[in-house]
Amino acid sequence: MNHDAQSGEVKIELGRRYRFAASHRLHSPDLSEAENCRVYGKCNNPYGHGHNYVVEVLVSGKIDPATGMIANLAELDGFVEREVLEPFDHKSLNEDVAAFRGVVPTTENLCIEIFRRLKPLPNATLERVRIQETSNNSFEYAGDNAQGFER
Amino acid sequence: MVLLTRKIEFAASHLYHNPDFSPEENRRVFGKCNNPHGHGHNYTLEVTVAGEPDPVTGMVLDLKELKEILEREVMQRMDHRFLNYEVPELAGQIPTCENIARVIWNLLNPQIKQGKLHRVRLYETPDLFADCYRNG
Repeated sequence: MNHDAQSGEVKIELGRRYRFAASHRLHSPDLSEAENCRVYGKCNNPYGHGHNYVVEVLVSGKIDPATGMIANLAELDGFVEREVLEPFDHKSLNEDVAAFRGVVPTTENLCIEIFRRLKPLPNATLERVRIQETSNNSFEYAGDNAQGFER
Repeated sequence: MVLLTRKIEFAASHLYHNPDFSPEENRRVFGKCNNPHGHGHNYTLEVTVAGEPDPVTGMVLDLKELKEILEREVMQRMDHRFLNYEVPELAGQIPTCENIARVIWNLLNPQIKQGKLHRVRLYETPDLFADCYRNG
């Protein structure tokens, strides 16, 4: 195969979208009942509600000339399935995910938690995580990689 | 600085096969993408150019011109083509989303005379895409 194809002038990232459905309730123990209601509105309703979340995972790395790939898709899919989809899909974020005991499961915090879970990804560098909570709201987190947002 | 993005779609076929691999290795690494007669996708390409709007025209670059560049460099080369056999720029490479995006970047970069090519995003499916940026 052509091993001269790698070009130093271009940075390449691979993006993959995944979906899961989960419920949450936004409620801070540091706020009074009235304040929770005022700050979170409907999202503070006592029994929670749910979303179809779309998680966009962006990774970077060198293209392996033998495979043409930055990351083996089957490996990436398996890693995300194990670390995020299996523990989050059809779950209550508040009740079923330990990270959200004492942390309000806003999609900002969900971005940070999913980034933390995916950071150890083998064979590629995690650049950033973008989550659509609904088709109108999306959130992004790039960890310490502030450059990620200059893209 | 202002970013301007134009989107086009093309349909093409491809297959993943490395002649240096054994048949079993090709199957293991590439899975269904190694099926010998290939398969196809509707690719969506988003091309983003960065620049300052011209004080007279108010434009970063003339969209008509960008449209012509995309037609000439991408559509005529890749639309309704078998990427492995009909696109010389991909010869000897596995036509993954990453490699096609890089080839497109290299084709477009010298053609953009007003503003600078900022990003090439190629979707192979709605859930899989590759982004190219200028390094550094």
